[in-house]
Amino acid sequence: MTGPLRTVRHALVLARRSLAKTGRNPGPVVNGVVSPALFLVLFLYLFGRPVAGSTGDYLQYLFPGILVMGAALSGLVSTGTNINLDLKNGVTDRFRSMPISRLAPLLGSVLADFARYAFAVAALFVLGVALGFRTGGGIAAALGAAGLAVLFGFCVSWVAVLFGVLVRDAGAVLAFSFITFLPLQLGTSLAAPTGTQPGWLRAWAEVNPVTHVMDACRALLNGTPADGTVTTTLLWCAALFVVFCPLAVRAYGRAE
Amino acid sequence: MDQQGFEAEDLVRRFGGTTALDGVTLAAGRGRVLGLLGPNGAGKTTVIRILATLLRPDAGRATVAGFDVARDPARVRERIALSGQHTSVDEELTGRANLVMIGRLLDLSRRGAAARADELLDRFGLGDAADRRVAGYSGGMRRRLDLAASLVGRPEVVFLDEPSAGLDPGRRDELWRLIRGLAADGATVLLTTQYLEEADALADAITVIDGGRVIAAGAPAELKRRIGGHTIAVRLGDPADAEPAAAILAAIAGRAPDRAARGELVVPVTGDAALYETAARFREHRIGVTELALRLPSLDEVFHALTGDSRKAAR
Repeated sequence: MTGPLRTVRHALVLARRSLAKTGRNPGPVVNGVVSPALFLVLFLYLFGRPVAGSTGDYLQYLFPGILVMGAALSGLVSTGTNINLDLKNGVTDRFRSMPISRLAPLLGSVLADFARYAFAVAALFVLGVALGFRTGGGIAAALGAAGLAVLFGFCVSWVAVLFGVLVRDAGAVLAFSFITFLPLQLGTSLAAPTGTQPGWLRAWAEVNPVTHVMDACRALLNGTPADGTVTTTLLWCAALFVVFCPLAVRAYGRAE
Repeated sequence: MDQQGFEAEDLVRRFGGTTALDGVTLAAGRGRVLGLLGPNGAGKTTVIRILATLLRPDAGRATVAGFDVARDPARVRERIALSGQHTSVDEELTGRANLVMIGRLLDLSRRGAAARADELLDRFGLGDAADRRVAGYSGGMRRRLDLAASLVGRPEVVFLDEPSAGLDPGRRDELWRLIRGLAADGATVLLTTQYLEEADALADAITVIDGGRVIAAGAPAELKRRIGGHTIAVRLGDPADAEPAAAILAAIAGRAPDRAARGELVVPVTGDAALYETAARFREHRIGVTELALRLPSLDEVFHALTGDSRKAAR
């Protein structure tokens, strides 16, 4: 079997390993659904009326951003810490002394995250619809929004992988994930349009790629004009992947 | 040296300001077991990691199964297996799932990987525990699973980093039997240990390192001769027998025994014949013992003897 195909097959074997472990220890996945769900319900009933006049209208605004949160960033914690744990015990040494690509264990972990994010998106969709969310753009656009959120998660995962490899202490990886989580997730158009924010916050929110992903998903799910946000999102995804995937693989190859 | 084994020449490796390896040379031919003996921090793990392609040497060269570790690491990885100090099996998975996963990564078919897993589980006495999670395994079972995982790909060269660390003596004997089985199957084995006893029990040849340098190398018997062989330790049933027992030991060993503890006599001897002689003479004189042992020198004694030797040689 040729090189790239073989690597993908090895990555799938390792993704199955990761998912089997998730089946035994579902905490992080449950967390990946429950945290965004809590944000959704709390924000909806705290700000729905003051911001949008009614919870129904606010749900249409808020839900796409929550979907991105659930799909993309809440699972960061699991990839970074899983890789870190593997490096600490002997599993990584075994993989690296085997005739498999050094990309395979990392790709496997990220592919497993892909599955976990897809699960989070599906679960959040069920909750959103139960609360009264209606997609305005049709099934294809809704699938596109979900796909965009998951793709973004896949690309952001590589940042977490890099930190998981470089930082020796699992507690520090967790702290990193948590500290970056707040400004990346909330310093966005998640709860209110950037136009309503004070200048400094607006400046941050508008450079924050998460804002573009949320705007793109919002446009797709509501059937409103996307104004190039989908393109911006795809460019960000490509940039994150192209920069952080090789860095992570290199750091993993060198970790001693 | 036989190309099928492994060979390292003048390996040097630094970590920041510290020199972990300062010119280590060692080798073993196909089907041989080399014991790498040394205290904590001697550089044993660094040697293993270089030979297993996990670390690059700063200087020197090494070949494993005929391939250069620096120039051809991929070829080397196809022919080796590594069992590290930390057991490298997945706690969350079952024993069988661990082995099947390794088999799949080594490109065995689904059926082939399952068959190989079952074969190894049986051979390592884990058949009954195959479908239990590793988290519930004892330390000895984990070690055995770890060793089994190393053998899935039928490696030509196996690296075992302190394989018996943390095992109680009964489990250790079982592991030793399995390690001897590897060599009998034709695999070349490099094992690190802090125990002369373990190296003596398993290895065809021993290389002793300390502070990143080789301080002695040779067959176990040869090293033991240099170190001064064995000691006989006697614990008497009745302390009143101390004088006649000491006289007998002095006659056999050619020097008076040390009285290390109350009722215990210890004396260095040159060969195991002294043990039989001691037992016979004690029986003749009706001296009862609660313990009569032929002991190998401790690692401390080995190092004392060997570093003493090398200093003498330097002068």
